[in-house]
Amino acid sequence: MLRTYFIFIASCLLALLMHSASAETGTYTVQKVSNGVFYHQGVHEDATADNIGAIANVGFIIGERCVAVIDSGGSYKEGELLYQALREQTDKPVCYVINTHVHPDHMLGNAAFKQEDPVYIGHEKLPAAMAARKDFFDRAFSDTLGDAYLGTEFISPSRTVAVGEPVTLNLGQRELVLTAYTTAHTDHDLTVYDKKTQTLWTGDLLFIDRIPALDGSINGWISNLESLNTEKLSYVVPGHGPAGSEQWKQGLKQQLSYLKTIREQIRQIILDFGTIDEATSTVGLEMKDDWLLFEDYHRRNVTAAFVELEWE
Amino acid sequence: MFSRFISIVLMSLSLFAVALPSSQAATDKEPKWSALKTAYFGDREIRDNADDLLVLEAPKRAEDAAIVPISIKSLVPQTADNYIKNIHVIIDENPMPYSANFVLSPELGTVDISTRMRIDQYTNVRAIAEMNDGSLHMVSRFVKASGGCSAPAGKDAAAALARMGKMQIRMRQPTVGEPVQAQVIVSHPNYSGLQYDQKNRKYIPAHYVDDIDISYNNKTLIKVEAGISLSEDPSVRFTFTPNEPGKLKAVVHDSQEQEFSMEKDI
Repeated sequence: MLRTYFIFIASCLLALLMHSASAETGTYTVQKVSNGVFYHQGVHEDATADNIGAIANVGFIIGERCVAVIDSGGSYKEGELLYQALREQTDKPVCYVINTHVHPDHMLGNAAFKQEDPVYIGHEKLPAAMAARKDFFDRAFSDTLGDAYLGTEFISPSRTVAVGEPVTLNLGQRELVLTAYTTAHTDHDLTVYDKKTQTLWTGDLLFIDRIPALDGSINGWISNLESLNTEKLSYVVPGHGPAGSEQWKQGLKQQLSYLKTIREQIRQIILDFGTIDEATSTVGLEMKDDWLLFEDYHRRNVTAAFVELEWE
Repeated sequence: MFSRFISIVLMSLSLFAVALPSSQAATDKEPKWSALKTAYFGDREIRDNADDLLVLEAPKRAEDAAIVPISIKSLVPQTADNYIKNIHVIIDENPMPYSANFVLSPELGTVDISTRMRIDQYTNVRAIAEMNDGSLHMVSRFVKASGGCSAPAGKDAAAALARMGKMQIRMRQPTVGEPVQAQVIVSHPNYSGLQYDQKNRKYIPAHYVDDIDISYNNKTLIKVEAGISLSEDPSVRFTFTPNEPGKLKAVVHDSQEQEFSMEKDI
């Protein structure tokens, strides 16, 4: 009996040690997308203490004068690691931290760049979205992320981008165009376009391999994706999944097909006076092998789309 | 810090309780519930595990924290002599745990009601039926919080505000004398008072639907007294039997004294 108890305690301690080791020394690297454009690809998991919340694509673009960080990471810890990776590429100051939207995997690392005194930038509705979710995220993610969360601050943008009024930032011989969207993935999506290499950071407007998560409007998301100007794109960095010059085309197609399929099926159920429960237990299940984390987000997408489509 | 500790203890207690085979333990041994019970019902006796009277359906895990469908069915028909006069819905861990009071008429025939709630942390959800003789009967379900980025905040506050007060009464073509399902929805942001308006640097005052009165030929079938636990765009789905041709009417009142209504001929 006593022996079992000791083994139990010992394995708890071991688990604790291993956990802190992986969070401290895990190899965090960035990959080059195009000239001067780097990203770290998030893992296709939900945020945990072990993955330090590094589940979304985050990175930076280097100009002649300074650097812009695009999404800061899913924890303070990831922000720090991204900052270190940035310093391995360049000594130039960080002048901007751009948040593509409010979700924790994209902005919990904001405070790690504070010492550079950057301008934080986001969609005009980002401050309100952050204020509305702050307490909830703080409670949920301090639990989920453990030590990786320590140091996290909710830093609201000091400069915002309005829908229909794109903003151009100059990093020195390099211009970035920031575009704010009407409600799609969220009600405050922002994309970043690097003119020099024709690279588009889509934020979570585009998910590749990992199932898209709807937190805005299914109709808005479909129409914004359909009107996305893809003519001049040499490279794309999606919010989740591999960046590059080719995969995004198939990814965009697959995402549109997913969203349109569930929209059509939900509309039928609503026409037939069906319920959310009926929708979540039938809609789109044939696509479960097309996406990673389907079980975690699909029914939620159906729920969110249902209450929107009820008002058509 | 201390309250955080307490909430962790509470959460582990409730998790522990749910793991026990007897669901009796899930309710009686919880300090939070005993405080809520005293606050809302004083020393009145509540019969637990009233599965012979009520069925409460709620998902095991909230898919979207802002929209959690729950439904309540009675296994006993409503008659003039013996009927459920109220169903109190309590969500232990919500900011305002007392979430709704459905006031029911015996004319409803059967009780089969569903609605949508905000649930953003691990919690017990309780439905307590109060019979016309005053006795109380409870069923409860444990709901896990959703994972990921699901916050109870609205998805598109501007859209919700723009169509505020728009209503729908949705139902299949009814037949007199036959039970029919109907749904009343009203577009309303249902602000909880916890949302912060960064632009104007102040909290958006609570502004929520506090009363929905659903009547048939001017006799109330269901009256819902509600609070901030109801989802944005509150929805009430119910079954009733129109015994003669007439008018189904829904009147919605909110906490800023606005009133919206809609009716449908049957």
